[in-house]
Amino acid sequence: MALDKTEIEKIAHLARLHIGESETEEVTTRITDILALIDQMQSVDTEVVEPLAHPLDLVQRLRADAITEGNQRDKLQKLAPASEDGLYLVPKVLE
Amino acid sequence: MINCTVAETSAALAAGDISSVEITQAYLDRIATLNGELNAFITVCENSALLQAKAADDARANGNDRPLLGIPLAHKDIFCTKDILTTCGSRMLHNFVSPYNATVVERFIDAGTVLLGKTNMDEFAMGSSNETSFFGDVKNPWNTECVPGGSSGGSAAAVAADLCAMATGTDTGGSIRQPAAFCGVTGLKPSYGRVSRWGMIAFASSLDQAGPITKSAEDAALMLNVMSGLDKKDSTSIDRPIEDFTATLNQPLKGLRIGVPKQHFADGLSMEVEQAIRNALAEYEKLGATIKEMDLTNSHLSVSAYYVVAPAEASANLSRFDGVRYGHRCEDPTDLEDMYKRTRSEGFGEEVKRRIMIGTYALSAGYYDAYYRKAQKIRRLIKDDFDRAFEEVDVIIGPTSPHTAFKLGSKADPVSMYLEDIYTIAVNLAGLPAASIPAGIANGLPIGMQIIGKYFDEAKILNVAHQFQQHTDWHKQKSTAITAASGES
Amino acid sequence: MEWETVIGLEVHVSLSTKSKLFSGSSTEFGAPPNTQASIFDCALPGTLPAFNEEALRMAVRFGVAIGAEIGKRSVFDRKNYFYPDLPKGYQVTQLDFPTVGKGSLTVTLADGSEKVIGVTRAHIEENAGKSLHEEFSGMSGIDLNRAGEPLLEIVSEPEITCAEEAVAYLKKLHTIIRYLDISDAIMAQGSMRCDVNVSIRPKGTTELGTRAEIKNINSFRFVEKAIHSEVARQQEILEDGGRIIQETRRYNADKDVTTSMRSKEVANDYRYFPEPDLLPVVIDDEYVAAVKAQLPELPDARKARFINDYSLSNYDAGVLVSNRELAEYFEIVASSSGDPKLAANWVSQDLLGLLNKNNLEIADSPIQAERLATLITRIKDNTISGKIAKTVFEAMIADPSDVDAIIEAKGLKQVTDSGEIEKLVLEVIENNPAQVQQYKDGKEQVIGFLVGQCMQLSKGKANPAQVNELLREKM
Repeated sequence: MALDKTEIEKIAHLARLHIGESETEEVTTRITDILALIDQMQSVDTEVVEPLAHPLDLVQRLRADAITEGNQRDKLQKLAPASEDGLYLVPKVLE
Repeated sequence: MINCTVAETSAALAAGDISSVEITQAYLDRIATLNGELNAFITVCENSALLQAKAADDARANGNDRPLLGIPLAHKDIFCTKDILTTCGSRMLHNFVSPYNATVVERFIDAGTVLLGKTNMDEFAMGSSNETSFFGDVKNPWNTECVPGGSSGGSAAAVAADLCAMATGTDTGGSIRQPAAFCGVTGLKPSYGRVSRWGMIAFASSLDQAGPITKSAEDAALMLNVMSGLDKKDSTSIDRPIEDFTATLNQPLKGLRIGVPKQHFADGLSMEVEQAIRNALAEYEKLGATIKEMDLTNSHLSVSAYYVVAPAEASANLSRFDGVRYGHRCEDPTDLEDMYKRTRSEGFGEEVKRRIMIGTYALSAGYYDAYYRKAQKIRRLIKDDFDRAFEEVDVIIGPTSPHTAFKLGSKADPVSMYLEDIYTIAVNLAGLPAASIPAGIANGLPIGMQIIGKYFDEAKILNVAHQFQQHTDWHKQKSTAITAASGES
Repeated sequence: MEWETVIGLEVHVSLSTKSKLFSGSSTEFGAPPNTQASIFDCALPGTLPAFNEEALRMAVRFGVAIGAEIGKRSVFDRKNYFYPDLPKGYQVTQLDFPTVGKGSLTVTLADGSEKVIGVTRAHIEENAGKSLHEEFSGMSGIDLNRAGEPLLEIVSEPEITCAEEAVAYLKKLHTIIRYLDISDAIMAQGSMRCDVNVSIRPKGTTELGTRAEIKNINSFRFVEKAIHSEVARQQEILEDGGRIIQETRRYNADKDVTTSMRSKEVANDYRYFPEPDLLPVVIDDEYVAAVKAQLPELPDARKARFINDYSLSNYDAGVLVSNRELAEYFEIVASSSGDPKLAANWVSQDLLGLLNKNNLEIADSPIQAERLATLITRIKDNTISGKIAKTVFEAMIADPSDVDAIIEAKGLKQVTDSGEIEKLVLEVIENNPAQVQQYKDGKEQVIGFLVGQCMQLSKGKANPAQVNELLREKM
């Protein structure tokens, strides 16, 4: 399936990626090529096939409800690009 | 000593013929000499490595001996290492010093190994040539104009060039096996769930699996003994009795049933590679195995399905890289949206962005059924093919890659790069274990042979690989280019 | 044109587990920012979720309590969107296979009628962190303490037809959740939040109108007002020939209007897919049976029992069971005093009045159940009259000492000494000759006035029965 520029822009926005004017054409071509590769799947009828999400048919383990983590704020906020008074700072969140 | 296997070094250490400090220093020297050219390491931990080596020697002196005590290793830079830079080959994490250890890293610490450093890799493990790393290409030690394969290219190159005794890798679609093949070393992708993924930076959660890259199958068994086992921090880690993978290495192969899939010997396979694998199969017949030609009917769909499942999972897994809590953030964002978009566009390379776009598209409204759900169904068909095959054979053998290592920069087109993994991807979709071991040399470059096993039958794969290595010496072949460069004989 | 309203409610309840849904961080309320945010909660690369068994048990407990189908195989999904308080860039929730399926609850309306309202599903999901907008010039601060706390999202069928039903449904849900002890469910603190879907359609038609979703309402009263205001808005638009836009709105309590939250954002596309870091959660019949066996007595059953065992009115029983602590308080008073009816009156009127006036919870009541029971006992054994008891009750609020000590100290003990009562009676007979004459002429009801006079003279302390008897004798 071929994608047009508007769709590429929509996907880029959903993924919070910026694609410059100059790149759009190349990105569109590449992705269209990859989708052609992917579309080979459509040649097989899978109407009655159960999807497989995990290779192994296993079930979720349960964790006991216990507090095992303490305050790690100082250690973790050393990694942050911007923080103040124990909070991570980001450009103003508009609601 | 640096060209010895782990098993040999371990014996020498135990016998007191050499100390861990000496062997560690030898590897550090080798890295100093060669890493400039190969670019296999992103980070070298010289000081801490020597301290760990000293501690290992002390432990041994105190009678606290273990098989891997004092053995120098390298971790792929996808594993979080406490207080050590952990980049995942990305600008996004160029400044990320992990505050914690991956479970795999923790287990090697407990085993008394020495961490030499972190190896280069394709960015976020997305690539088959190691050319997508933010930290530059890795060169193939056999021919520095060629790629080492990817994404665990740094680890494979480091083991091949004797920059370390052993290394960890991860394999989502062939990222251990293909670089192992290209660099002439042994690589094992364990069954999904065998090795904990805690602390291993996720690419595609339902496919990712960590494994060893070594100089022999026996070494891979020694590493897997340490790496595998239940970890409650990873819900997909499997609770199975602890095995000693070295225990069955020497079982004779008489009566072994080897399946050879027609689809892995079809168009696109180079003659040299096909010949090498046919020779290897003849060797197995000599050892008492029987060969059965067989079908993996849906294997031609594996690349298509993979390029939906892996990018879809990756598109979500990589959303956490948003410039808020760690890693790269763009300069002076004007607003929130600008921060997200510039941070992510600057932090991620082209291939990563491409896959995020593909995955986002495949999951978006109106396309989910046609892409993601369809791919999950193909995944079932592929698994069923293997299940049927393994009713009649014990292992499946074929080439790891259609050809030997290709030239740097020769595959600019993503689709042709994706098709590189045509023989390895189905194994990840099915969650099976598989190894690549050296099985020949063509034009000065190694050829890899893939051995696929049943679920949790790593012991059989390693047994089959080890027996081959007992009767051939492809795994002992060294690149003459590098030996000359380091001035050794 | 006549319109009818269709309302569906989505209620988010914070499950009161000790640790978070997928990490071992504490969920304690009110900690300093980011001190309860582990490497998983901060979405450090390589971290993975481990599912809290208590969250599962609580969800199933709720499901069993509302007679719902329990998902024997529930599946977690990722809901993808970017927001600074959502560290992973996706929320883990349950889309197609929730832990709790179809169930229902019965609400009692103001006119005493009952209505069954369907619950479509209830699923387990993660909470997001908090964005603080005020303190930092031009920047927002992100606190991830709340990120990853377990939520149960309870979705009703669109079967609610007015604000009153909506509030009755919410109150019933609140009561059940409190009985089950799975959440504090305090709307003001955000541990219970409500999104309201409202649409209207011409009366008698069956097709649903376009709905608006009013997000994050944090009190029962605002739910009621928001619905009224939204219904009026939609009615006005439709009657003017306009069309309702499907959108998210917010209720502005100051202006009593709902306003659109539409931004220039492209419509959300959450790209749900099964969470590959978690496996299907599988539970068997035995698990469900065990949870069921541990259920406490629920409000409906308790109400029936109060009516049967204590002969309470439907209304009184309803009031008493609407709050689990209140019902338990009542039962102590009833059994200790041995008079359930009197206990019901005192608890539902005097005690509740006191608590409401001072905005107190049962647990903070200045009068404990045992003390109230003693007070009632003193009425029954004629130590004090019902009227004096009110005075004693008032005194008990400020004075924590023994009920009998208060009665004694204030000299409120009923006068039962027949000599003293005789004195009162004689005085009243003497002072009211006209009424005495009327009585003698056969006007029986005058006795009430004379008893009243005696009581007044005794400042309420005389035993009215004794007064009555002596009056008749002396006249």
